[in-house]
Amino acid sequence: MKSLTHMGVAMAVMLASACSPGDQSVQKNALDVKANSDFQKQLLRKLISAKPGDVVLIPEGEFQINRSLSLNVDGVTIRGAGMDKSILSFKGQIQGAEGLLVNASDFTIENLAIEDTVGDALKVNEGENIIIRNIRVEWTNGPDTENGAYGIYPVQTKNTLVEGSIAIGASDAGIYVGQSRNVIVRNNHAEFNVAGIEVENTIGADVYDNVATNNTGGILVFNMPNLPQPGHGTRIYRNNIFKNNVANFGHEGTPVAAVPAGSGIVINSNDNVEIFNNDIADNDTANIIVSSYFTAGYYSDKSTQKDFDPYPEGIYIYDNHFTGGGESPDHLELKALKLARFGLGGSIPDVLWDGVVDRDKLVDGELPDSLKLCIDNADAGIVNVDFLNDYQNISTDISAHKCQLKKLPQIVLEFDQPANEGKTSSHLAVLEGANG
Amino acid sequence: MDNWISWGGSALLAVGVVMSALSGCDKPRSQVVVFTENAIPERLSDWNLVNIINGALTPNSGVVPYDLNTALFTDYAHKLRTVWMPTGTSAQYDEEQFNYPVGTVLTKTFYYPRGEGETVLRTDNFANDYAEGRAGEALDMKRVRLMETRLLVKREDGWQAIPYVWNEAQTEAVFEIAGDTSRLQLKKKAGNVSEFTYVVPDANQCAGCHADNFTGKEISPLGPRARHLNRDYPYRSGAENQLEYWQKIGYLSDVPENEILPSQAKFSDASLPLEARARAYLDINCGHCHNPAGAADTSGLMLNHSETDLRRLGVCKPPVAAGTGSGERLFSIVPGEPDHSILNFRVESVDPGAMMPELGRGLVHEEGVELLRQWVSAMPGTCT
Repeated sequence: MKSLTHMGVAMAVMLASACSPGDQSVQKNALDVKANSDFQKQLLRKLISAKPGDVVLIPEGEFQINRSLSLNVDGVTIRGAGMDKSILSFKGQIQGAEGLLVNASDFTIENLAIEDTVGDALKVNEGENIIIRNIRVEWTNGPDTENGAYGIYPVQTKNTLVEGSIAIGASDAGIYVGQSRNVIVRNNHAEFNVAGIEVENTIGADVYDNVATNNTGGILVFNMPNLPQPGHGTRIYRNNIFKNNVANFGHEGTPVAAVPAGSGIVINSNDNVEIFNNDIADNDTANIIVSSYFTAGYYSDKSTQKDFDPYPEGIYIYDNHFTGGGESPDHLELKALKLARFGLGGSIPDVLWDGVVDRDKLVDGELPDSLKLCIDNADAGIVNVDFLNDYQNISTDISAHKCQLKKLPQIVLEFDQPANEGKTSSHLAVLEGANG
Repeated sequence: MDNWISWGGSALLAVGVVMSALSGCDKPRSQVVVFTENAIPERLSDWNLVNIINGALTPNSGVVPYDLNTALFTDYAHKLRTVWMPTGTSAQYDEEQFNYPVGTVLTKTFYYPRGEGETVLRTDNFANDYAEGRAGEALDMKRVRLMETRLLVKREDGWQAIPYVWNEAQTEAVFEIAGDTSRLQLKKKAGNVSEFTYVVPDANQCAGCHADNFTGKEISPLGPRARHLNRDYPYRSGAENQLEYWQKIGYLSDVPENEILPSQAKFSDASLPLEARARAYLDINCGHCHNPAGAADTSGLMLNHSETDLRRLGVCKPPVAAGTGSGERLFSIVPGEPDHSILNFRVESVDPGAMMPELGRGLVHEEGVELLRQWVSAMPGTCT
């Protein structure tokens, strides 16, 4: 890539020395993209020829873009005038699987909106120190299977912060962090997605102070097979997760398509997940679902790497505030179960567990404490649906889950200094001054 | 400016401009000029690699055309590929990737044979593209419409991609990093016309494919590797194996002796085994991203030529983050069932959010699609 970064410079030099009229807009630092009919081409050129330290400014206005944008240069900031002011609209996109594709480290994107992309809105594929802040990704027609899959999509990244952002209408996950390490997802709002926020095959994630509502599932923590990195160590806390009851509009075959509408939090196959101090309310299937990969519907030796661990282990649920939920579950089996077990006016308990454990790890018929599903949450109940035996031995006995686990460490991102929290605007001004 | 022979920068540019204006009567031809990476000329003609001379796009002396056993599909465009190396240098043979000398320039010109009116032709036949008596070498400008010419130049620190887009008048190709689009009407022989948008990728997108090691971001040539080049080419001196010809002219050294060199199948050659044809097609069309170090390693699906694990190749493999690309199907490949295989769905799609490859095409490659359907259909077993 190093060579490509020189091309913009080369172009500017050539245009000057050849005395041709043309684009003189390639500048050294703050690149103020002017709003005009050639906006797309200018923006493409600025992104392609950017140099480390550049700030690409997106002005106020709505700009039509019909092909993917991409950035491959480290140390670049893309900044708009606000998530409702600087809008990149991809309605009518003819090319590219993303709105903006980034393969770079030390990347910041903030204060703009990406709307109606044909595929994913913002994908960051590989990179360290990624800041995604105060952006809006939205499919403006609302929930629709034909919408793009992912809104905010960092994958195979290290040290990533997603904050203050809004994700609406994704046909898979509004905010999806995949195969990454050291992640903070906070203060975001996810609505009308199949999955509001999803953390997949990621090691070390803190998900807090988010709002997830009107999704099919609010917050998901999954592990998928056949990938180099199994995930573990996610903390979900202080989130407001309510009324995630939108009918599943995901594409069949995708992992989220198996998520029942009305799921607050779903843990699937992932280990060491801590769920605490959340407000979780009125999710019609269950406020929390803990399940193994077997429930995803296609577990077989042929489909799964040999050493894949399909069991969710070391799940710790405590001090959450539950209200309502479980009153009208999705999926036939769950409807029948609810009716048979809890009655017409009853509801599924706060925690729905598929009851699948790794039999090889049992000691005297019991899992070691560190692998258990532990619930220390006032009067919250559980239902074990005995999934592998076709719902034969359904149990609501919580005694086996009255345990405590060692708490997980906080995720710390070096660039995320506490002094900067809540002072976004002054922090930005400093940045601009430094680069301008 | 190391490689500029003797002139100063602006003087050379002026020469370039004059040259292209006089193209056709400017003889003897100036030699290839390798511009430094910070001084890329605005006009392709300044390089003296391929120029329009006497109504034909003509490679300069030492600019040697080549072809691949199986090539990337790009909306039925025809391609004229060339290689040039500085005098006295040669590429060192290596099975996976040659070590090209600094100063090597590869060109790839995308074009279509012209049809009636404004149409361009969809045809496998290249014979009519060339100027009289210049088969395999010079493109007859009356018979072709040029779209873009991409350069890969080997620098001290790696390859540089330099894209040029041909103008409407077909007189010059201009340096353009932001890509381009043109509406084209593509006519099949005795068939109807399909209108589509030909998209020239931007420079980052070029790199997106050519960085087959996505983490390192180093770009490299994808076509001119041993297994793709190991075939005959109709040189003016007669048909000859390309690897042998490159050695003969001094462009290739260190080729192992008494060893059978790798050769990938021609995907359209029905006399070859289906497996070899399909894997060759997947390798050149998908393997640059779907390999263990590629951009698509996030998917766990590996389609590069050296993959042998069936599940990693997609057999009974559930998708990870396919989104719209799942096509409501459960596995990348269901043996015997192309209509239930995500891989087939994605190569048959033209929805940018679902289709594969993600870039480089707006049309379905009917012949490629058919091959992959046959391949999946012939696979034994089930996923249950």
